Amino acid sequence: MYVAVKGGKRAIDNAHRLLAEERRGNKDVPELTLDQIREQMTGAVDRVMTEGSVYDRNLAALAIKQARGDLVEAVFLLRAFRTTLPRFAASQPIDTGKMTVRRRISATYKDLPGGQLLGPTFDYTHRLLDFSLAEETGDHLPPADTAPADVGRAMPRVLDQLDREGLIESEVPTDNIEPGDLTRDPLSFPVDRSVRLQNLARGDEGFLLALAYSTQRGYGRNHPFAGEIRMGEVAVEIVPEELGFPIEIGEITVTECEMVNQFSGSAEAPPQFTRGYGLVFGQQDRKAMSMALVDRALRARELHEEIEAPAQDEEFVMYHSDAVEAQGFVQHLKLPHYVDFQSELELIRRLRSSFQGQAPAPAAAE
Amino acid sequence: MATSEDFGSTEFGDRRHWMGLFAKTDVGDLEQGWANLSDRPEYKFLRAPETGLVMIRGRAGGTGQAFNMGETTVTRCAVKLANGSTGHAYVAGRNRRHAELAAVFDGLMQCKDYRLMLDGALLAPIERKLVSRRQQAAAKTAATKVDFFTLVRGEDEC
Repeated sequence: MYVAVKGGKRAIDNAHRLLAEERRGNKDVPELTLDQIREQMTGAVDRVMTEGSVYDRNLAALAIKQARGDLVEAVFLLRAFRTTLPRFAASQPIDTGKMTVRRRISATYKDLPGGQLLGPTFDYTHRLLDFSLAEETGDHLPPADTAPADVGRAMPRVLDQLDREGLIESEVPTDNIEPGDLTRDPLSFPVDRSVRLQNLARGDEGFLLALAYSTQRGYGRNHPFAGEIRMGEVAVEIVPEELGFPIEIGEITVTECEMVNQFSGSAEAPPQFTRGYGLVFGQQDRKAMSMALVDRALRARELHEEIEAPAQDEEFVMYHSDAVEAQGFVQHLKLPHYVDFQSELELIRRLRSSFQGQAPAPAAAE
Repeated sequence: MATSEDFGSTEFGDRRHWMGLFAKTDVGDLEQGWANLSDRPEYKFLRAPETGLVMIRGRAGGTGQAFNMGETTVTRCAVKLANGSTGHAYVAGRNRRHAELAAVFDGLMQCKDYRLMLDGALLAPIERKLVSRRQQAAAKTAATKVDFFTLVRGEDEC
């Protein structure tokens, strides 16, 4: 039962003013600008855009500033803002095959057409704190090296090699089927893979990372290899009703991960590799890989695997992946529950007195 | 001064191309292009700039079943130029001025006289800039190309 609580307006206003002051911090230190966050905190911006489910670097930067760098809070702010805007259209599916690639690696083939391009990565760094960054010397950085590049040639997909030989399941478009949209329709299980991928794309990175890890440790093992991870820019196209032909509205940065997983086969079908897929905004290998591992685990039903681990249970995963929902329900425990608690208190007093064979004690004064 | 009779012959392909360039370039380029015009036509809004969302779709495995990945902000605008030509714009982000100028230039590009002039004065520089940006990124990326090699570890020898 919910009972409303009134009052506390002045305290709340003052608490928010105090928050604003603390957010600003020491005024001898220059205030953080949105440009600085957008340009120099790109990992945070990418995560907030992905989980906030809105690609807008400036809005994400604002959310991060307002949330004092609390990224789950920033995701919440972005999700709330999103509900104030009308949706004009759905895009044509982005073509990651035509990506302007800035990073592309494969753990399954050493030599591959187009090569292994590390791009701007934390991989192979020593994870030693770099104290030179404690000084503001960035403007004197030597420029990044360059090498001759073949612009305009599409980077072939690594898994196409396996596909051509029939060694991996094909991914065939099914354009007559409108993809599900969990922002419009309530979840109803079992769900289509399109809804699962949407849920995972906006799911909390920490939750998905832990689930992905659990599959590697044996809770729904599916023997993954990172077939390809690529990051770069793709065009977003829509077909406005008033025009009737597709136009580009801009470019977005995405990270895509294609996992190659253990074979499946049956009496009718020969054994072949299976796939897990991850696609996120910005540069986020860890999130894209986690998404791909969990996507594959959630395909257990479709691939006739036994469902025995949390990562394979779509209700469990999809109902708990959303950080905004999860934090809301956990944090609502902070709000006044005085009346609820009073009734529990009374109940336990009654139970105790009947346990001790005594008459009920008089209720405590309110 | 171009007239409305001049437009209508424009093929979708060209229009798609310039609309894409206006959307992708920086608003400053369009502002500069507008300032550089000697003959700036009057226009009125058929649809004043308004911001909304576009749901971005991806495909499972890059080529398979479509799914809703997440949205992007977008601003759209439609204008009617004094000569009768209509311009449209959909531009990712929330910059109203960007959408307005993109719509105006879309309208102008449909008039033959303006188009002859803007092809060289506006479109070509924008295209060069976007290509050069892409080339620079590609050249930096190319410098990070690795050749992994595998080594046979000698534990089983001797």
